[in-house]
Amino acid sequence: MTAIINISLKNGVLDSQGKAVHHALKSLQFNNVDDVRVGRQVVLTLNATDEATARAEVTNMCEELLANTVIEDYEIEIIA
Amino acid sequence: MKVGIVQFPGTNCEYDTQYAFEKLGAQTAILWHQETAIADDIDLVVIAGGFSYGDYLRSGAIASKSPIMKAVKAYAEAGKKVLGICNGFQVLTETHMLPGALNRNEHLHFISKHHHLKVVNNSNDFLCKFEKSDVVNIPIAHHDGNFFIDDAGLKGLYDNEQVLLQYCDKDGATSNPNGSVDSIAGICNKAKNVFGLMPHPERAMEDILGSTDGIKMLEGLM
Repeated sequence: MTAIINISLKNGVLDSQGKAVHHALKSLQFNNVDDVRVGRQVVLTLNATDEATARAEVTNMCEELLANTVIEDYEIEIIA
Repeated sequence: MKVGIVQFPGTNCEYDTQYAFEKLGAQTAILWHQETAIADDIDLVVIAGGFSYGDYLRSGAIASKSPIMKAVKAYAEAGKKVLGICNGFQVLTETHMLPGALNRNEHLHFISKHHHLKVVNNSNDFLCKFEKSDVVNIPIAHHDGNFFIDDAGLKGLYDNEQVLLQYCDKDGATSNPNGSVDSIAGICNKAKNVFGLMPHPERAMEDILGSTDGIKMLEGLM
């Protein structure tokens, strides 16, 4: 089982990397971009068979280590 | 007076910190991150600056889960004093011993230079030798020093006199190098025994280094 975790800065927290990338895209004449958010992806290979258990465990991992919930949100996708 | 200085893989300011406290007459001990207890004779724990675990995942995140941080947390909960400098401040927010978080600098640059700081509150050991609004000159050297806290948290910091220092210019006017909320450079916990700041007082101990303003800060903890 695989867990894909996408971690990004919360709305309201300045995403300075996103801003810099947005600026660079504009300088390349990509003018249709309204906003850029840069996040981080963590992919876990899990030794689990039950999706609900896996999701609960990965949620704990996010809360304890993988994300800093003061400034970051996370989304978990489980692939059997 | 004995100061314990925490060392993780990637810490690089532990010996500067040791030099600074020994210059002020303290005994020191380096505390390796795998130690599980803080000895009874340690009067102050300092988490020194550097790049613990290469700043992997987030600055301070992996260090915050190391065995010694459990011991440091218990040590602080017993009312003893803890100071985190730069990466040490990041580690203290990641362990939730201090509120808020340190995000990437607003303009993405690693900033390494002397910067002026204004004393906001002196009702704590760390800044007790200063007057409010005193301006000091202390080096900063960080990539992730952009202090973030939500509005409710910020109000709490002011209400409880937990804001220690703000970035400013030489005259005390606001000058924000990294995008920190309210230009905040350092804070303490509610109990005022855990202190964290991005600037490096241990690098402002000699005239030849451009400032001796760090001496009064570190002396406050002794």
